Amino acid sequence: MEMNPKQYQISVGPLLYYWTRRDTLDFYAALADGPADILYVGETVCSRRHELRADDWRDLAHDLRAAGKTVVLSGRTLIETGAEASALKKLCAQDDFMIEAGELGAVRHLAGRPFVAGPHVNAYHGGTLQWLAQQGAMRFVAPLEMDGETLARLLQERPVGLAAETLVWGRMALAFSARCFTARHFRLKKDECGFRCIEHPDGLDMRTRESREFLSINGIQVQSAACLDLLAQANELARMGVDVLRVNPQSAGTHEAIAALDAIRHGQPAGTVLPPAGMGRCNGYYHGRSGIELLEATA
Amino acid sequence: METSSHPLELVAPAGSLAALTAALDAGADTVYLGLRNATNARNFAGLNFSENDIRLGVELAHRRGRQVLFAVNTFVQAGRAAEWHAAVDAAHALGADAVIMADPGLLAYASDRYPDLRLHLSVQGSATHADAIELMKEQFGIRRVVLPRVLTLSEVARICANVSVEVEVFGFGSLCVMAEGRCLLSSYATGDSPNNKGVCSPAHAVRWAEANGRMDARLSGILIDRYEPGEPAAYPTLCKGRFQVDGRDDHALEEPTSLNAIGLLPRLAQMGVRAIKIEGRQRSPAYVAQVVATLRAALDSALADPARFAPLAKWNALLARHAEGSQVTQGAFERPWK
Repeated sequence: MEMNPKQYQISVGPLLYYWTRRDTLDFYAALADGPADILYVGETVCSRRHELRADDWRDLAHDLRAAGKTVVLSGRTLIETGAEASALKKLCAQDDFMIEAGELGAVRHLAGRPFVAGPHVNAYHGGTLQWLAQQGAMRFVAPLEMDGETLARLLQERPVGLAAETLVWGRMALAFSARCFTARHFRLKKDECGFRCIEHPDGLDMRTRESREFLSINGIQVQSAACLDLLAQANELARMGVDVLRVNPQSAGTHEAIAALDAIRHGQPAGTVLPPAGMGRCNGYYHGRSGIELLEATA
Repeated sequence: METSSHPLELVAPAGSLAALTAALDAGADTVYLGLRNATNARNFAGLNFSENDIRLGVELAHRRGRQVLFAVNTFVQAGRAAEWHAAVDAAHALGADAVIMADPGLLAYASDRYPDLRLHLSVQGSATHADAIELMKEQFGIRRVVLPRVLTLSEVARICANVSVEVEVFGFGSLCVMAEGRCLLSSYATGDSPNNKGVCSPAHAVRWAEANGRMDARLSGILIDRYEPGEPAAYPTLCKGRFQVDGRDDHALEEPTSLNAIGLLPRLAQMGVRAIKIEGRQRSPAYVAQVVATLRAALDSALADPARFAPLAKWNALLARHAEGSQVTQGAFERPWK
């Protein structure tokens, strides 16, 4: 019988896509009733998206807290314009909710207040974890490309009191640009984009010229086309010392992935979780391989 | 170290002692180089400096009143901090005029251990706005920031006006369309990335195959581009390949082009940019010699008479010859896609 590892918490990363207001609110209403413990909310990809504005996200955050969830407001990963820099400063000025810092400007604004260092802050070793903890970080999200063995070493190097989180399910954001690739595909200007990303609830597939699944375009982001799936490694990660396992929102499968993680932490069978139709799975990074690869357990 | 006689410093790449010498001869104020390991972002086979070559290079440069910067700009991997600490120690011991770094934990090591060592924040440090840059100044005393190539001219100007450190921007060379230091496309396809191995679309993962006159370029088996007979083929840098979106084959992310900002030199100088960087530590001494000489001539001309400055056709022609796909762009500076 398996030893009962230290129980992990389940988090849901910020919604990276542009969904209608209705779909977004329905999604979070379902999360409010589900077993996820920590919900990251906010628009982190494109400052033009407006189905929910900053105040709407804040209202949603209050509702989710009232439903018993721990809520974190996520800041953008790439700040370019003055308006984006101002919005970030404003976000960090509120102290109702903790902030997930997507980049270093947020760390400066938070001035020592507790925060979560997001997956793109590049915390690859103990020296950086030490520094983040000194800045007020109470948790960090491991770099997406880090393999399991290196993650285990990183966890050995972390300062006391700094919690660790890692993404275990959902598409991975792999790159960020000044350019909007969705607008580029539709031959539209970024500032007159027609908000076409609302038509692609999981992003727009970018296949190789042999039609092999490869990447996905989501506004200024390039994501993995395959859905990361480390659900089978949940207990292993917890034994390693990961405190929080993160699920990224997709148009389908998210609630099932959360349910599976909840089942696993209660010692029950997880069942099969399918990504949205047509989307493959990957877990290569964890095994020290190319991220796109999928290695199934042979046991 | 502010000994450069030029108000706008020309910073040249050197992947070898021959390239370093070529850069100095062609008029570079400063050269930047890396050790022969994963501690820098051009960790390519056969490239970079042994410690003995560095000693010679630093001596050559200093004798001529020029500067040498050391790039230790990848991210320290867990369990292997000693390798990166050794690179910083070596940079200090070998007389680096500054060290270019991206990793906060490593910056902390360098600023604690060597308070006299001048630190530059690498483009890999992903600092795209004044608050991020100033945090690195407050925390580690960085003296200069190298700006990511995703910023427009007006964003560069705003940063120059709002930071208390020197600003360096790229003026010529291969163009990253993604924010540097945050791009995992290469490791998604091959396992190796700029952050974890100091490489992008690494040569060991590249396979060329010809069938029916068509040439396929692959990275770890993934088709990055396919060329018809007679079509010029480019190195399969992942973001510059052609892919299918909605059934249409296209350069979905970026065409193979290079940055050429020489037309903008007077404006960059006017907004307070301190240094212009040339990309290409992986390129030949001949590339370094010709590109540095061209930018030297352009810079001298721009500084002598900024109001009347216009790039000469022969400068642009020469730079185009060294550009990817023989195409150049002013990149994000002019934000042509807005």
